[in-house]
Amino acid sequence: MRYAETGYNLEIDLATGKIERVETDPNLLGLHLGGLGTNVKLMWDRVPPETKAFDPENLLIFSNGLLCGTPAFSMNRTVVSFVSPQSDLLAYPMMGGFWATELKFAGYDKVIFRNKSPQLVYIWINNDRVEIRDATHLKGKGAVETQELIREELNEPRAQIAAIGLAGENRVFTASIEQARSSASRLGGGAVMGDKNIKAVAVRGTKDVSLARGAEFMAHMKDITKYIHYRSTNPLPGVMTILSGIGSPQEMKHTDEKWHTESFAWGNARQRRKDFWTKDIETSWKETQDNAIKRFVSCFNCPQQCGGLITHGDVSSYMMKCFSKLTYLMGAYVDNLDFGFRIGKRAFEYGVDSFSTPQILAFAVELYEAGILTDKDFEGCPTDKEGRFIWLLDRVVRREGIGDILADGTYWAARKIGNGAEAYDHNTIKKHEQMNIKLGMLDPLYYLMYATNEKISITQIEGNWPQGPFPSREDREAFVADWPQLPDDKFKQYFLDWNPRGENSNPYYPTPDMCCEIVDWMEMLHNIDDAIGLCAGMGSFCLKPPYHIHNYPKLISAATGMDIDEAGLKKIVSRSRNLHRAFNNRRGMTRADEKPPEDHWKHRFPEYEEQLLTTYYTYKGWNHDGIPTRERLMELDLGYVADDLEKRGILKDGQDNKEN
Amino acid sequence: MAKITRKIKTITVNADKCNGCRTCEVMCSAYHSTPRYSTVNTARARIHVTTHRLKNIWLPVFAGDYTRSECGCRDQYVLGGKEYSECSFCRAACPSRDLFKEPDSGLPLKCDMCEGEESPLCVQWCLNDVLTYQEREEEVEESPVMGDLEMGLEPLVDRYGLEKLTSSLIRLSQKD
Repeated sequence: MRYAETGYNLEIDLATGKIERVETDPNLLGLHLGGLGTNVKLMWDRVPPETKAFDPENLLIFSNGLLCGTPAFSMNRTVVSFVSPQSDLLAYPMMGGFWATELKFAGYDKVIFRNKSPQLVYIWINNDRVEIRDATHLKGKGAVETQELIREELNEPRAQIAAIGLAGENRVFTASIEQARSSASRLGGGAVMGDKNIKAVAVRGTKDVSLARGAEFMAHMKDITKYIHYRSTNPLPGVMTILSGIGSPQEMKHTDEKWHTESFAWGNARQRRKDFWTKDIETSWKETQDNAIKRFVSCFNCPQQCGGLITHGDVSSYMMKCFSKLTYLMGAYVDNLDFGFRIGKRAFEYGVDSFSTPQILAFAVELYEAGILTDKDFEGCPTDKEGRFIWLLDRVVRREGIGDILADGTYWAARKIGNGAEAYDHNTIKKHEQMNIKLGMLDPLYYLMYATNEKISITQIEGNWPQGPFPSREDREAFVADWPQLPDDKFKQYFLDWNPRGENSNPYYPTPDMCCEIVDWMEMLHNIDDAIGLCAGMGSFCLKPPYHIHNYPKLISAATGMDIDEAGLKKIVSRSRNLHRAFNNRRGMTRADEKPPEDHWKHRFPEYEEQLLTTYYTYKGWNHDGIPTRERLMELDLGYVADDLEKRGILKDGQDNKEN
Repeated sequence: MAKITRKIKTITVNADKCNGCRTCEVMCSAYHSTPRYSTVNTARARIHVTTHRLKNIWLPVFAGDYTRSECGCRDQYVLGGKEYSECSFCRAACPSRDLFKEPDSGLPLKCDMCEGEESPLCVQWCLNDVLTYQEREEEVEESPVMGDLEMGLEPLVDRYGLEKLTSSLIRLSQKD
């Protein structure tokens, strides 16, 4: 009997059409939990470093998390894993919505795709009945539209469907996978899905998910629910509105965008407009948003309402969440929120990452203004800002003209265009576009998170530690007085002593040692969430969240029957984290790749940054190149990984932390 | 016949507040599993959130009585500009659809208001206040209380008719 997990994966060979229901090794639960953890294990075992994103051997894995389908709130994440066409590393974009739990109810933990289908297909998983169905009639259809069309075709309104749009079909490197009100967006999962000729994966499940000790599980859930009520009625003082509550940033509810529009950079992550948020803008934006949003929408079994159902003028219904209402608008330097809701629909139907894509379009505009791209490249392009962005988006998703080059993202496009274009690719890490943030003073915590995390997307790295120090000691004392989520009380002192300016301020405080502890803690929380399927908005990406290191083990133990404590849980996610790093090391990732964008901060401290990085590597048990040492790997029962890295000459025999 | 006081239980569904999370389905199925909270399966829930996201429809409906035959006509509603699909508001487990039936056996499911609990579990766990539980008392005519045996015989009467059932019982009694 398997608890919380189903114990079965669905293996689909797209070239032959062979479909297998495969029982998984029960020991993997104790070694890697599930979700991201077991995805990484599969990728390590089956995808050799020579495999590129669009090779048939690249796997595309859709996984639910270990606790998806249990009664625990907000456990609804689908983790999609593959080698990314953009970074050439292991990517794992995630989405909320309803798909993950439906897959578990259908009796599977993962769907693993290998090879490529000869023509466009969609997959229909209905409990034990699994079909590969023709999708040629859906070619070119929108990612949102496709979900509705398949539900109608199957006559099954309860089917949950993950689909790609035109961008995925055309292997655009920023193509997303769309589902319900959610997207798995980062690093080109949609492109790999399109390359494999899968238009959509539809699921319906009516089987049981079992709990080992259900009554005990529910008792823990009652405690967590109490805390959700408490946090919902007691927003945190001293932080931005969108960070004061729980759930993902409530971008659909809050209309006050002073912080985003003035603190984040417009255009190709270039310019801060510190006087943008005027009274007139505030009034018009509020009116536009209040009119556009018809209803707030939740994901499966989540009390938060982070999504919005949008109907805006002649733009037909679609769903949106988080920051996407602003990314295109800010990229295009358009002051009217109307544009955000208009282009949003088009972009979601095309199925593109709304963080990366607007920056690619803004990058093209900059190159045009600089004379690097010419009138010939922009032939037929409207001259107004809005029209230009829509025209560029249309070209990119169709890979037409200059769009074909831009479709590979700013890093690769800059190198193809040449002629000085490389300098305009200024906001990528590991070839991937980052948040449009440009700040003054180096922040040592963010330096480490940007540089070292395998996610390569800051919003899913940071979270539990406040983004900046509080100005008054009194406020800091109030904040630490009630902070049960901390792994250790000493963190309270770190926070109390952290000042905005002068002594004990960035970049030298928190000290490198403290930074290591704080960053490691936040990273661990994300790794747990990504393994159990919890939305980061209720855990790792949230100040004072309902889920934390002191209650995760209780839930996992009651759900699975595998008794685990905090140290045991930490060891499991450390194991998966180091395996993930080794996978990327094996593909050539080293210290030289581990750096934030050069202009992320105005004030940089190269020597100190090297010291920070070295200190963190040592703390993590990695050598000077950022590769896990044999000693560290052995502690985590990853001797086979050490052997492999040594055999390939990536890890030298006897190399250890002393080299740091 | 004498008047007696009867407890009337009501759940008010404020569908305008529902955002489609389906926690009600999760908690209902977990509570009704045996042993309690041993499994979750929304297909076994006695509440279902009918969902048409892009049409702005999220409608929680409770499982009512089993019915042997489908209606002569299917209802389709347009309310406030929203077009609801066939039988959206209907609570019955009926031959026309697989809603409110055990997925493996096909046996009908019916909301029991989580008898014995302070309030139904769906109400307790809906954190968005979509569901509100109320009790009130009403005076009604006392009706004869049916015994277990009569309750067991009733579906057979429904199915075969009283006459056939009576003759079968007589035949059975004469066998010995």
